[in-house]
Amino acid sequence: MQVYADNAATAKIRPSALETYVRTARAYFGNPSSLHETGQAAKEVLEESRARIARVINAQPREIVFTSGGSEADNQAILSAAKFGAKKGKKKIVSTAIEHHAVLHVLEQLKKEGYEIVLLPAGNDGIVSVADAEKAIDENTCLVSVMLANNEIGTLQPAAEIGAICKARGVLFHTDAVQAVGHIPVDVKALNCDYLALSAHKFGGPRGIGALYARADAPLFPLVEGGAQERGKRAGTENLPAIAGMATALCEAEAGMAEAAKKVTALREKLIEGLLKIPHCALNGDRNQRLAGNVSFCFEGIEGEGLLLYLSDKGIDASSGSACTSGSLDPSHVLLAIGRVHDVAHGSLRLTLDENNTEEEVDYLIESVAEVVEKIRAFSPVWRDLQAGKRQFIL
Amino acid sequence: MALYTEKVMDHFRNPRNVGVIENADGVGEVGNAKCGDIMKIYLKIEGDVIADVKFETFGCGSAIASSSMATELIKGKPLSEALALTNKAVAEALDGLPAHKMHCSVLAEEAIKNAIIDYYRKHDLPVSEELLNYECAHGGEEE
Repeated sequence: MQVYADNAATAKIRPSALETYVRTARAYFGNPSSLHETGQAAKEVLEESRARIARVINAQPREIVFTSGGSEADNQAILSAAKFGAKKGKKKIVSTAIEHHAVLHVLEQLKKEGYEIVLLPAGNDGIVSVADAEKAIDENTCLVSVMLANNEIGTLQPAAEIGAICKARGVLFHTDAVQAVGHIPVDVKALNCDYLALSAHKFGGPRGIGALYARADAPLFPLVEGGAQERGKRAGTENLPAIAGMATALCEAEAGMAEAAKKVTALREKLIEGLLKIPHCALNGDRNQRLAGNVSFCFEGIEGEGLLLYLSDKGIDASSGSACTSGSLDPSHVLLAIGRVHDVAHGSLRLTLDENNTEEEVDYLIESVAEVVEKIRAFSPVWRDLQAGKRQFIL
Repeated sequence: MALYTEKVMDHFRNPRNVGVIENADGVGEVGNAKCGDIMKIYLKIEGDVIADVKFETFGCGSAIASSSMATELIKGKPLSEALALTNKAVAEALDGLPAHKMHCSVLAEEAIKNAIIDYYRKHDLPVSEELLNYECAHGGEEE
């Protein structure tokens, strides 16, 4: 059986989005910046797509800047707010320890440039506290950046509440909503955000395209110079087929959201129940405050890469936060931030489902993961020590 | 997956000499769970020859394949040959490892050397200065 369970990495492209992509590439090949009719026809598709995407997240079309994806959108939002803050002598940025690297690496760079970076901790439930955020914000703070849903453990963050505090205190607020858009209702007004990053391939759109929402009067500087596209905020000829495909995918995801969430949540619960029967394991992140499709586990006594490779042999596509899969010595910063110690964090597995998955697939996942975990534990010296009482079980 | 060679995948899928030798003549353990790699080698030694070898590994695909290959390379060989086994030879026998996974082959070499040192000590045999130096340079990784 082939099971694709890595939808948080990239969701399978929706047939409707692919169809729009191909049709747009073929029929609207003009450059939207050209004055002739072929160009203007392309421009119309561009603006129509922008309007459709804006409508879904309750923004105005001119507040949408198309980017190469979520990472670029995160970079642009943070760097814009940081630059603006520096002009006013405010160089403190508050974010969280569980952000995506598209946020954390930018903040590390800014730290080297003299900014004060405060990363809020997450609880063992994988959720950041509103009170912590409120305490961390002061008169020097130029930006707060808190993700809407975590990419590894799927936990939903109180972004709207933190956004409201920022609004009241006159501090810019950015939210990385890459994992959330197309899966849970996202409304930029309700979130009280000045910036929001989204990415098409997380909701069945094409890869390599995303958008940055920037509130009409929020400071915004281009990362790419060289043309007047995107109101001068992002130079370069627009990737029109991908933009149109993204609009189709988002509208379809929005229309089917409630139904998909119900179906996928049921699959997730079945999968969690099944995996919890494996001895010495634990679900990462709050059981309920999480994305419908996210299942993240740690299994004691094993290392995640072997787990992924054996699962791949069984036709299962999954991912892990282990060090070996990332090429560094440290396991996932998210798992460490929610209190998983190194030994256990190495044995992590992320299975992310969407509405294309079935109950039969979930049965196969449960059976296969249990089998592979047992196989790896059979030759793990750590597991042997745990069983012999030479090492204490953590999970 | 194309990350590894066919040889690595073969040894990962069908690891040779997996398990434990009860009352082993020498045991070597390197790495630690915190870093995500632990390799344990068990030796049965008859005369000057490695009569049997088994391993247990907590680690990624290349760590499992490296231990499996290393045990194959020393099984039935005199101790002198096992001591001469380098991590490079293990990696080459696997048709290569990705650069960031070379440390897995190093662990295999270290585990074997440690197991042999353990054998010498248990049997009150002299440990060469070279080997002691090696232990100082590479040992002490355990928590």
